[in-house]
Amino acid sequence: MSEKNNVTMQEKDLQKVSSKQKVGKIFVMIALYAFLILMALIIIFPFYWMLISSVKTIDEYKLPVPTLFPRKILLSNYVDAFNTAKLGTLFVNTLYVGLVSTILSLVITVISAFAFARLEFKGRNALFAALLATMMIPGELFTITNYITVNAFGWMHTFTVLIVPFLVSVFYIYLLRQNFLQIPNELYLAAKVDGTSDLKYLWKVMIPLSLPTLISITILKMMGAWNSYVWPRLVANDEAHRLITNGLRNAFTDSTGEVNIPVQMAAVAIVSFPLFMVFIFLRKYIMKGVSRSGIKG
Amino acid sequence: MVESKHQWKAWLYLSPAIVLLLIFTVWPIINTVYISFLEGYNTMGAAAGIQYEFGFANYVNVIDYKEFVTCLTNTMLLCVLTVPLSTILALLIAVCLNAIKPLQKLLQTIFFLPYVTNSIAIGMVFAAMFNVIELSPGVIESPGIINNLLGLFGVDPIKWVTVGSSYWANIAVMVIYIVWNALPFKILILLGGLQSVNKQYYDAAKVDGTSRARVFTRITVPLLSPMLAYVVITGFIGGFKEYSSIVGIFGDDMGPTGEPFRLNTMVGFIYRAIEGSHVGRASAAALILFGIILIVTLINLYVSKKKTHY
Repeated sequence: MSEKNNVTMQEKDLQKVSSKQKVGKIFVMIALYAFLILMALIIIFPFYWMLISSVKTIDEYKLPVPTLFPRKILLSNYVDAFNTAKLGTLFVNTLYVGLVSTILSLVITVISAFAFARLEFKGRNALFAALLATMMIPGELFTITNYITVNAFGWMHTFTVLIVPFLVSVFYIYLLRQNFLQIPNELYLAAKVDGTSDLKYLWKVMIPLSLPTLISITILKMMGAWNSYVWPRLVANDEAHRLITNGLRNAFTDSTGEVNIPVQMAAVAIVSFPLFMVFIFLRKYIMKGVSRSGIKG
Repeated sequence: MVESKHQWKAWLYLSPAIVLLLIFTVWPIINTVYISFLEGYNTMGAAAGIQYEFGFANYVNVIDYKEFVTCLTNTMLLCVLTVPLSTILALLIAVCLNAIKPLQKLLQTIFFLPYVTNSIAIGMVFAAMFNVIELSPGVIESPGIINNLLGLFGVDPIKWVTVGSSYWANIAVMVIYIVWNALPFKILILLGGLQSVNKQYYDAAKVDGTSRARVFTRITVPLLSPMLAYVVITGFIGGFKEYSSIVGIFGDDMGPTGEPFRLNTMVGFIYRAIEGSHVGRASAAALILFGIILIVTLINLYVSKKKTHY
């Protein structure tokens, strides 16, 4: 009798412990979700603020207690933003620089990576190591002399100055070479036996097989043009060659007059929109490229 | 015969990259180091044919410069405040994300969002959020959304970024913005690390009845230490090059109206020197920056080698 009692007591204890654990677990889960959702709201809030401010009237924007949802939606702010910041020209300029530098950069990267991955030549490894070593040096060190160089070349205030100095990225060559190395060498030798030329082999075999890496490079390069600020400001900050980020910052730094913040926010939203589109549709490639590079844009 | 054919073909394929790298990467390294030792080198002067003496004057002058000390202090301060804060927050978020199932993908996407933004553009949004609109000096028309939120907790409106704002208010805004900006990359790396951790360690801990806190400090953090080291090192390197986030919030003046360049950084110093044609000074500052980054990276590597469990 007492023994039986003992057993049920133990069982009860066990049940108690497991239900206690269950309650604890639910509690922890609630805490986890609460923390994550709070952080997510903080992360999203600036974007929300940008969007709602961009459609407010200036009077509503200046209310002592800001409205969290606009009373009147004023889409004309977007038209004003487009005209004030001359976003049309800036878009065209940035797109041109982005496309040309991406295409040229891809060609150079592909043939260089091919040479490093497939061709035997003297000093290959030493040259590759030297290239990798340059990645450690901060870009500002190059900028100083490059500024003098492009001046001497007479490239100031041209599109060339925005494209050429950044065509070669050692990191992209490295990334693509690693990808090329994974393609079995037998394929290359078989193609050689069949009399296929290097370029045809590259085009028909290697490029299709490493398409994800090439897409990552394309996106990062385009985003680079879209977000570049420092170098363009230094060497091509004239009306005809100005890129989008510079134009955006310059159009609204009129410190004497009053800045129309809703219009400014509309301009910011217009500039951010393409980035969001890229993010939504090509997130996978960006995250892949980013986690391997640690470089922004 | 095939070999020699390969040789010239390889060099042919590499030629565009090599030519461009020689002009825009190798030559700058040599030339910038050289210029940094030419006393007071100035592009205008060089064009006029002035010869410059060789010596350490640029380095000495740069350090004597009051502006340089301000830039160095600002840079260091922002680094020391933002790197630990963003790393800890990112670690917490990554661990929590790894522990949940529903909504994980959605939340992960949201946390990555700040990465694909233009730091100048979103800086302008932050500036607007912290902005205080005044009718006339001292008369507040609208304290802005952040001050309104703080008002819920009984805090009086603070001037964060406008005329008459204090240095520490400016720094607080910068820290918030930089951390917000730095989270996505760190979360991405740390979450990736967590997802590749062997589940057996956690199962063993469960069998032993180890508490959550202990699992976190004794299993999660040590196993993540290589990723943590990576995130901290890249954070410091990025932090020492802080520039465009400040331009985003304060504009080209790098400070609130009336206090230009109060928040200037090392990189800002270098660009200002280039614009003023003081290339010798800029070169010396760039090499000092490179030296600091190198030392900090080496210290980090040394510490993490001692503490990292592979």
